Amino acid sequence: MKIHEYQARDLLAAFGIPVPKGRMIDNVDQAREAYKQAVAGMKTPMAVVKAQVHAGGRGKAGFVKLVKVDQDAEDSARFMFTNRMKSPQTPPEGLEVKKLLVAQAADIADRKGGGKEEFYLAITTDRKTRRNTLIASREGGVEIEAIAHDRPEAIIKAALNPLTGLEPFVAREVAFKLGFVGKQVSQAVAIMLNLSKLFIEKDCTLAEINPLIITPPTENFPDGQVMAIDAKFDFDDNATFRHKDIDAMFDPTEENPAEIKARKFGLSYIALEGNIGCLVNGAGLAMATMDTIKLSGGQPANFLDVGGSASEQAVTEAFGIILSDKSVKGVMVNIFGGIMKCDIIAQGVINAARNYKNADGSTGFKVPLVVRLEGTNVDAGRKLLEDAKKDIPTMQAATDLGDAARKVVAAVGK
Amino acid sequence: MAILVDSTTRVICQGITGAFGAQHTKGCLNYGSRLVGGVTPGKGGHKDENGLPIFDTVAQAVAATGATATMIFVPPAGAADAILEAAAAGLKLVCCITEGVPVQDMVRVRAQLDAINSFSDIGGFRVCNWDKVVLVGPNCPGVITPGPKTGGGTSSTDTYTNAGCKIGIMPGYINTHISQSKLGKAVGIVSRSGTLTYEAVWQTSSLGLGQSSCVGIGGDPIRGVNHIDVLRKFQDDPDTHGILLIGEIGGSDEEDAAEFIKRYVTKPVAAFIAGRTAPPGRRMGHAGAIIDASGAGTADGKVKALAAAGCAISDSPAEMGKAMMKAMKL
Repeated sequence: MKIHEYQARDLLAAFGIPVPKGRMIDNVDQAREAYKQAVAGMKTPMAVVKAQVHAGGRGKAGFVKLVKVDQDAEDSARFMFTNRMKSPQTPPEGLEVKKLLVAQAADIADRKGGGKEEFYLAITTDRKTRRNTLIASREGGVEIEAIAHDRPEAIIKAALNPLTGLEPFVAREVAFKLGFVGKQVSQAVAIMLNLSKLFIEKDCTLAEINPLIITPPTENFPDGQVMAIDAKFDFDDNATFRHKDIDAMFDPTEENPAEIKARKFGLSYIALEGNIGCLVNGAGLAMATMDTIKLSGGQPANFLDVGGSASEQAVTEAFGIILSDKSVKGVMVNIFGGIMKCDIIAQGVINAARNYKNADGSTGFKVPLVVRLEGTNVDAGRKLLEDAKKDIPTMQAATDLGDAARKVVAAVGK
Repeated sequence: MAILVDSTTRVICQGITGAFGAQHTKGCLNYGSRLVGGVTPGKGGHKDENGLPIFDTVAQAVAATGATATMIFVPPAGAADAILEAAAAGLKLVCCITEGVPVQDMVRVRAQLDAINSFSDIGGFRVCNWDKVVLVGPNCPGVITPGPKTGGGTSSTDTYTNAGCKIGIMPGYINTHISQSKLGKAVGIVSRSGTLTYEAVWQTSSLGLGQSSCVGIGGDPIRGVNHIDVLRKFQDDPDTHGILLIGEIGGSDEEDAAEFIKRYVTKPVAAFIAGRTAPPGRRMGHAGAIIDASGAGTADGKVKALAAAGCAISDSPAEMGKAMMKAMKL
């Protein structure tokens, strides 16, 4: 589960990690006030207005604006609230922006030898070592994947203790390797330790600060202040049950509505680009079914794991979700009847297809439907499917996975 | 011979009074597994519907029944604790069926199990020996060592076999014991996915092969035994004649398995990897099935590595059994 930048800033602040002053606004009328609060006390007032959407590419789309007076803040806010943000990461029609972050544009100290004092700092779980791992680099502010690819030596990795978290001596080593000096060191160490605490306590799968910066020297911070400018979090969906606060940050408008609906019914559904809907029991088999469709020359429209039971109710809900995608021209059902017997599953699929309520109010499945069952009582299940053809003329039974994929691809191609 | 479990394995169920735990306790009993009791804290002293004794703690269950293995159906919030309780009580095999265990819980569990078990260097890999306690899962179907069919499998008095052991949720009857296989050969199956395992069992059985054991290692990013651990056991098991490995997108376990096969495994191996069509950055049902933003963990990379290690690759999930036959030159 992802959260917005303004929420990430709040979370960092709650764990004692300094962030520039700022606040979220959801109305253009709040822009001037938010700007004034953000720049209060600055010698050269400057703030940044940023659209709060999960998709990247905001800057290029004009949805991150540097502003120097309150009128500019209001104009930028108006632009972002009234236009849809379009980037390579958004749907073609763009995204409606409902929230903005207005924050102080922090001054970044110059780095000796050129550039700015920008760093990268993140924690994630390394599957290979089975450890939570701190990842840091002196080259912040850019895509870490690019650095990892081009100059892997510029990336520092340090494992967290699996039972106690990040040890201070490890954080100090990293701080020195990153080139922090003087009073910056203890600030950087505190940020790393707090980020480790946050990562573990809140069950993150990713906690990323990019960039982490050093400000020019001030009275209170003679060596500059170390602070987080932007942050990205991803949380373990399996752990939201013990984090009501994180769960409350969930923004349903950022998700595909069909995927949210599916989750309510205990179905795992992911919308894809193709036109052949899939309904499968088991995640691995669901992926394999998509692969088979592709191998047979078709394009899967979705991933859908209906769960172990594949009950009539679950199949009915799944049909509704799959067909809510208007590009779906055919559906393939692939169920391995293990614990649940094939004749029971077949009857469930038949009933769900027969009673399916179309958007136009009519009843009965209209698009091609290919059903492949295997497992206990498979012959009885196939007979039920054959007998039901008179009620559901678009339905075909398949003998195996390959046969099913070929049949559905052929039916959709017609 | 087989791996991990056999007909003498005495099994308990943690979470035996939950709906799922109760259903599969019955399923395992009907198959012929030696289920000897269960654990539900607060319900000690009672019996379940099959007449099995229920205990408050795993330690009590072990003391009273002599169990050496457990299957865990405890809900996600308590699953990690249940694994550690089982390990502390001295159980040798822990199968955690529970789906949805938080990753951080598994980081802590693995660290504690890794502190108990010893490690060896095998072919350049630091491999856990799982000598004190073996963890399978979480989010897995379990382990089965099929026995010859001797009955209907309809009840605990009409069991499917009297010489097999099923710990978990997989259908037992699709498995074939080597003595009842047409070809007189048995394969070992290791898989990250449940239903794909059943598919593989079904296909190999249909083609006349038997199975020595099948292990579902689970779909989570941090888990107990991995492909490498199970490959090592199958390689060392004289009754396993071929190995079928089923992987999926995400992580680098299959790439590691490919390296391991090159250096250690001499038996024929067939492989299938699910998720060739999965888009990067989307988690495909399993918590561990995700291609990360840098493009690591793709199906194509895994397939290439396994092919280079000499595995017979099944491009389609419908051809897993055939690929196994090809690898075994049958």
